[in-house]
Amino acid sequence: MSGTYLGMPAFPRAARDAVRDTTLRGNLRHATHTIRDKRARAVAELADWQELRAAGKAIKDRTLRHLDHYLVRLEEAVTAAGGTVHWAADAAEANAIVTYLVKATGESEVVKVKSMATQEIGLNEALEAEGIRAYETDLAELIVQLGEDRPSHILVPAIHRNRAEIRDIFDQEMGRWGRPAPEGLSDSPAELAEAARLHLREKFLRAKVGISGANFMVAETGTLVVVESEGNGRMCLTLPETLISVVGIEKVVPTWQDLEVFLQLLPRSSTAERMNPYTSTWTGTTDSDGPQNFHLVLLDNGRTDTLADEVGRQALRCIRCSACLNVCPVYERAGGHAYGSVYPGPIGAILSPQLRGTASEIDASLPYASSLCGACYEVCPVAIDIPEVLVHLRERVVQGGEVTRNGVKVTLRPAKGHAAERAAMRAARWALDHPGALRAGQRLASRTRRLHPKRLPGPGRAWTDTRTLPEVPEESFRDWWQRTRGGDR
Amino acid sequence: MRVALFVTCVNDTLYPRTGRATVRLLERLGVRVDFPAAQSCCGQPQFNTGYRHETEPLVRRFDRAFAEYDYVVTPSGSCAAMVRDNYPRIGAKAAAEGRGPELAEAAARAVPKTYELTEFLVDVLGVTDVGAYFPYTVTYHPTCHGLRVLGLRDRPRRLLEHVKGLELRELPGAEECCGFGGTFAVKNAAVSAAMGADKARGIESTGAEAVCTVDNSCLMHIGGTLARRGAAVRPVHLAEILAATEEEPYA
Ligand code: SF4
Repeated sequence: MSGTYLGMPAFPRAARDAVRDTTLRGNLRHATHTIRDKRARAVAELADWQELRAAGKAIKDRTLRHLDHYLVRLEEAVTAAGGTVHWAADAAEANAIVTYLVKATGESEVVKVKSMATQEIGLNEALEAEGIRAYETDLAELIVQLGEDRPSHILVPAIHRNRAEIRDIFDQEMGRWGRPAPEGLSDSPAELAEAARLHLREKFLRAKVGISGANFMVAETGTLVVVESEGNGRMCLTLPETLISVVGIEKVVPTWQDLEVFLQLLPRSSTAERMNPYTSTWTGTTDSDGPQNFHLVLLDNGRTDTLADEVGRQALRCIRCSACLNVCPVYERAGGHAYGSVYPGPIGAILSPQLRGTASEIDASLPYASSLCGACYEVCPVAIDIPEVLVHLRERVVQGGEVTRNGVKVTLRPAKGHAAERAAMRAARWALDHPGALRAGQRLASRTRRLHPKRLPGPGRAWTDTRTLPEVPEESFRDWWQRTRGGDR
Repeated sequence: MRVALFVTCVNDTLYPRTGRATVRLLERLGVRVDFPAAQSCCGQPQFNTGYRHETEPLVRRFDRAFAEYDYVVTPSGSCAAMVRDNYPRIGAKAAAEGRGPELAEAAARAVPKTYELTEFLVDVLGVTDVGAYFPYTVTYHPTCHGLRVLGLRDRPRRLLEHVKGLELRELPGAEECCGFGGTFAVKNAAVSAAMGADKARGIESTGAEAVCTVDNSCLMHIGGTLARRGAAVRPVHLAEILAATEEEPYA
């Protein structure tokens, strides 16, 4: 993934700082609780939700099993419809392709539809380095871009900002990028939206090149699909002369009929709407209507390697609805930035360490950014067992094992910094597998119970900073049983 | 029917009262319960932290310790969930790693006979009124593994509703995790503490005298947080409430 997040502190440190930020916690709590309640109501309206969920899971799994087949079909269909398909193995390749395509048009500005894939590869920064300005047109992305900030949520990238902060950003920054904010802008949602509309209108009408991602790609017809709420995406998809779509290879579905399932699962899970306000579909090019040049950049960037892992591959079913973020108690406290990736929350905790590998400190800490409460699995519209994958990745971190990197099987060594924990786990397992030793330990603890410190040393200290330890009882259950029932059974 | 108590390592070492209460309750209901001394830990701390291989001997031990019993009852939602959800995974992975079917067979024996206490009471014994007496206001926190992995649904509630003298208070945000999560409480201490504080606030807001769960691990975290905040709410395991009677009240 992109270098934007390199040097990010590991999750526990970043989260600790976020927990202390009371404004952030307040903003997040309010936003996530509102949307999770709405989602629950929207989902409860459908009697067949669990069947839909199972169907979504099955379609994605089947497609992933035959991904090569469907991608080739997609390429044929896109090409037949007048588009051009490019294959990008990693972020650098994808960025180079897009930069080349933009430069070929002679333009130095592009308008963008909100897209996770282009964020994942750091496209805006790559274009910037080549003298090309990329304008985000999604309201929340605009806020993030103007504020020189990083997105903190999949669906609502500026979720960490409140209205007053947004007003200040518009007021101070819009002028530097184009049309300034109107005089005397207030923080009412209507005025903020109007300011953004005026600012963006200029960009839409001037742009010759549009860049998008896609929520789905239909293999049988080569059609790409974007669902959105604001309509800015449709502007970017129809007004420019050249359209470049950068899409992860896992977004393909075999047929139009499959969309029927996902167009029910996605909006209800993400915005709690029965149907999203705008659904745009585009297939290649059409004479004198819409973009006259269409390029599809198919992005791998770690996906094929992820597919090679039997447990971890389910993360590729993700349709980026963000429901798991909104119910996650850890996300709610830590905020999106702590995850050090464009994919925050539970899905980020399992996707980033697979796409990027677990070598960096942040990626090795992400599988532990969960209490395994299971709320994410419960809401996930494609039933990704996120806790299962988290534990699977924890094993990869502490015990190492076989993974696929760039198509080659390699054996990972256990991560550094876990030696003491590993030794403790081994010792604990030994004691637990020798009840006699366990019992001796319990007795020792009971006998010395008056001497136990109220504060623990080492990694346990954090526990006693905010919690009182239970007292060790005088007699273990085992000893009580032995004393009272020992002889008679 | 041969019934064994799987007391769990946390209860054995730190909360023997819960084990004693479970024995007392089951015996009152006419169940003769055994405690096979060869038992130890379900392996949850090791497994959830990523040490699956360290868990394997404990799966074997579980299987051996309870081999001769029809039912294994445990007053711990997360340990029951560990057996039911993860033992088959451990077995399947061992087989996939070319170490034979032995662990998978052990898991297949363990899973169908392992019951969390409230499941055993409601599903196997078919009782919801266990003749308990607990004259206090109580709020109930459904622990995550009980709620989402085991699917205990309203079983604990139904048992509580039949306890004489007990007044049940609704817990706001009941289904949100308390923030314990085993080693999570140590590895992500700040987030864990923040979650615990919110849970404690919710519990305090009910005005209840006691908070109960089906899992002492979560209760240790919740109780420790409440105590540090100086709250008067008492953490009590559900088994201890159900074991209390007018003749032998909770003490
Ligand atoms: S993992 Fe599931 S819930 Fe989370 S964003 Fe993806 S599809 Fe949505």
